[in-house]
Amino acid sequence: MLEQAASIAAFVGQGLVLAGAIVTIIGSVGVLRFPDFYTRIHAASVTDTLGAGLIIVGLVLLGGGFFVTVKLLIIWGLILITGPTASHALANAAFTSHVKPLGRGDLRQPSASDEG
Amino acid sequence: MLVAAALAIFVSMSLMLVRAFAGPTTYDRLLSVNSFGSKTVLLIGVMGFANGRPDFLDIAIVYALINFVTTIGILKFFRYRTLEVSLSTRRRAVADASGERPDA
Repeated sequence: MLEQAASIAAFVGQGLVLAGAIVTIIGSVGVLRFPDFYTRIHAASVTDTLGAGLIIVGLVLLGGGFFVTVKLLIIWGLILITGPTASHALANAAFTSHVKPLGRGDLRQPSASDEG
Repeated sequence: MLVAAALAIFVSMSLMLVRAFAGPTTYDRLLSVNSFGSKTVLLIGVMGFANGRPDFLDIAIVYALINFVTTIGILKFFRYRTLEVSLSTRRRAVADASGERPDA
């Protein structure tokens, strides 16, 4: 029974790690493709927090002893505190140095019917 | 499975490097460097578990701390153009740096 529970935990842990890695890739593609600094910071900060949480909870489920679990939880706490703080500091610094957000209509491409 | 996750994190770090080189403003570059650092923390953890020797988590903790301090420090430098400003008394320090007399 105990071995079965351990194998189930390892399976779920690997799934969570893979899900976190996929979320991380999605965030990086968002940072590459979004048109504006503020949209990019949104993509990066949200997916960093979610992906780090998923990966670290998955690694905890994979198991490695008491101290490894404690270290992983310390890393999770650090990322949960520092990630949003750094993102807020970045957005605040960009806004106070007059980086403009995109306005309405900035993204409209001239279509074929407009040109005709 | 863990190796696939490590490869995925590596690919996303490469995409972050592309944004760091291409980013039009300083803040874009700084955002991508910050995100690169937190992905490095995750990569260290996943690689340790994939090798079956998760002893490098201490390095990951230190990396997370250094990443945050680096971001805040670079932001402060690009705002005040010096690191010799205490963030709690910045008004007087900025007045000193610009040659004005600080308010009594």
